[in-house]
Amino acid sequence: MYVYDEHDRQMAVERVAQFRDQTERALAGELAEDEFLPLRLQNGLYVQRLAPMLRICVPYGMLRSVQLRRLARITRDYDKGYAHFTTRQNIQLNWPNLEDVPDILAELAEVEMHSNQTSGNCIRNTTTDQFSGVQSDELTDPRPYCEIIRQWSTFHPEFAYLPRKFKVAVNASEKTDRAAIQVHDIGLQIVRNEAGELGFRVHVGGGLGRTPMVAPVIREFLPELDLLTYLESVLRVYNRYGRRDNKFKARIKILVKALTPEGFAEKVEAEWAHIKDSPSRLTPEAIDRIKSYFTEPAYAILDNATELLAQQRFENRGFDQWLKYNVDVHKKPGYAIVSLTMKKTGTPPGDVTDRQLEQIADLADEYSFGEVRVTHEQNVVLADVRQDRLLELWQEIVPMGFGTANLNMLTDIICCPGGDFCALANAKSIPVADAIQRRFDNLEFLYDLGEIDLNISGCMNACGHHHVGNIGVLGVDKKGEEFYQVSLGGASQHDATIGKILGPSFARDDMPDVIAKIIDVYVNKRTEEESFLDTYRRVGIDPFKERVYA
Amino acid sequence: MPDIIFRDGSIRQNQWNVVQRPENGEALDIPTQQRVLIPADLWVENRERFIGNDDVGAWLDSHDEPEILADYVNDLPMIAVNFPKFSDGRGYSSARLLRERFGFKNELRAIGDVLLDQLQFMKRCGFDTYELRPDKDIRKAARCLNFFSQGYQAATDTDLPLFRRRAS
Ligand code: SF4
Repeated sequence: MYVYDEHDRQMAVERVAQFRDQTERALAGELAEDEFLPLRLQNGLYVQRLAPMLRICVPYGMLRSVQLRRLARITRDYDKGYAHFTTRQNIQLNWPNLEDVPDILAELAEVEMHSNQTSGNCIRNTTTDQFSGVQSDELTDPRPYCEIIRQWSTFHPEFAYLPRKFKVAVNASEKTDRAAIQVHDIGLQIVRNEAGELGFRVHVGGGLGRTPMVAPVIREFLPELDLLTYLESVLRVYNRYGRRDNKFKARIKILVKALTPEGFAEKVEAEWAHIKDSPSRLTPEAIDRIKSYFTEPAYAILDNATELLAQQRFENRGFDQWLKYNVDVHKKPGYAIVSLTMKKTGTPPGDVTDRQLEQIADLADEYSFGEVRVTHEQNVVLADVRQDRLLELWQEIVPMGFGTANLNMLTDIICCPGGDFCALANAKSIPVADAIQRRFDNLEFLYDLGEIDLNISGCMNACGHHHVGNIGVLGVDKKGEEFYQVSLGGASQHDATIGKILGPSFARDDMPDVIAKIIDVYVNKRTEEESFLDTYRRVGIDPFKERVYA
Repeated sequence: MPDIIFRDGSIRQNQWNVVQRPENGEALDIPTQQRVLIPADLWVENRERFIGNDDVGAWLDSHDEPEILADYVNDLPMIAVNFPKFSDGRGYSSARLLRERFGFKNELRAIGDVLLDQLQFMKRCGFDTYELRPDKDIRKAARCLNFFSQGYQAATDTDLPLFRRRAS
């Protein structure tokens, strides 16, 4: 994991001093509300329905145990003792006081954390696959590139006042896309060209929200050294020509659509021709320097613990299920990737208490070289667990509530904070997730259904990624009442698809039934090997419509 | 006229007047015996008259393309870029293009809705002087310009990004 050098440290400290000064001026009335707004947003502070919220950056989802412990302490000292994992691999505090925020930021800076650019019309945290570096099918570890992008985008003087927010995601696996890059403003797929050189396929203009779009490719191959100059060109074209007259038309996807992907690409190429060979072009040494922070931990030389695990599974059904669903294959023999689920029924998806943060830190130290990853599904990954210690780990996490073996199942719901917390919401989202989790509490049945992404957003802003859920739920406001619109067939990986709206929306109390009917249709229509998405793609939306609106 | 801020934080007397775009049909009225900034396209149109006149510069609005000045930048004693609203970030790109692409060497000024917390970015993008909105406290400018001792990226102030400085 990346470690700050004296430059990073210095800038982090300077940033805190700057925000302290800005906060003091705001409190003294020297900054008008709208003048302070982008300053606090770019420090992660936004005001929600009930209180300010502080969104803390977790660069590409990586956290060390000392950072988790510090977060726990901060939630205790400055908040109500819990935090929330967001759908962008960040962490949110729900109740900080405005006056305390500079102190919180100072505490974060001490452990190399910050909240820079986690909100506002700027380049946000770059996200990637939570299994980076430990899965066997990636071309290279994408995290060094994320770190390179993080540094380039941090306090970028030209791009602090973009038309709208801007999100970049990187993926390095050919088979999976856990980072959902095609629904980002820029999606970078790491590829090799015919000559075997490493580079990126560049997608621009994807996004959810009001006008969901899958990002078209604007460059098939970008050599790795050209990463930053090309990003700078895309951003410059966007900064200059993106719409600023209408907030809902200001994302880059609208510009790409207006110019056509070809027209947009041409503009970028023309800009790039000027700066391509500038000193901003990366050097192999610069990339190597960053890569040197992402080397492998001190793995033991092991064999796969196949027999031991088989025996343990045989003796323990719960462990068997957990292993099947929440544990993934690691690239090193004898190791495994473990996902801790934060989706226990009765707790809002992604919520963790201070104590749980500390428990996760302890688990990281004990089982996984002191590091964890936060996922956009709002879970936490221990990436380097020895197979011969899985049983022990499982026994430890079940009482903590992290062992629900529902990873990627229907009840592993992605859910935004919604109307309980968010000022923009049309409807609550957490109670819907809760009601669905309660309705589908039979694990055997869930396993039988297989992987189904159910995503819930409380409004069009789509923080819960409802468009790309196999089942998507969107809160809508009908004459002051909360209703829910359902869409089907969304997908976020390489086959990224925007879901189709099923029909008129439903009242909250009907939602578990509606989901049950949808599941019913799937169960009746599926062939043996089909996932929910496969069946949907084969039979189309009509059978679902008929059943739900019958 | 309110004072202006220089990029090192010092405060100087302003000598330049911004001439607004004339209403439709009206002629450009240039006050004499003053140094003036006129809308960039009008400067270009009438450039024969202005080239060599060190008292007439041009200003670009945020939606104007700096490209219109590309061939003449150094015929201008000053170029100003207007920020109609501080949150309109187009002027940062305009500034960098004027400096880094078109090689503008004379004074580059930020005008309009210029506040304290944006000065650091303006400085990095190549602005030399800033006409602060009059209700803001000009004495705080020096502090706001200098919160950061360095940046990660190359910009107009340095063409070496941190990754190259780290290497040396
Ligand atoms: S989707 Fe809407 S309601 Fe949910 S967190 Fe985002 S803005 Fe708030």
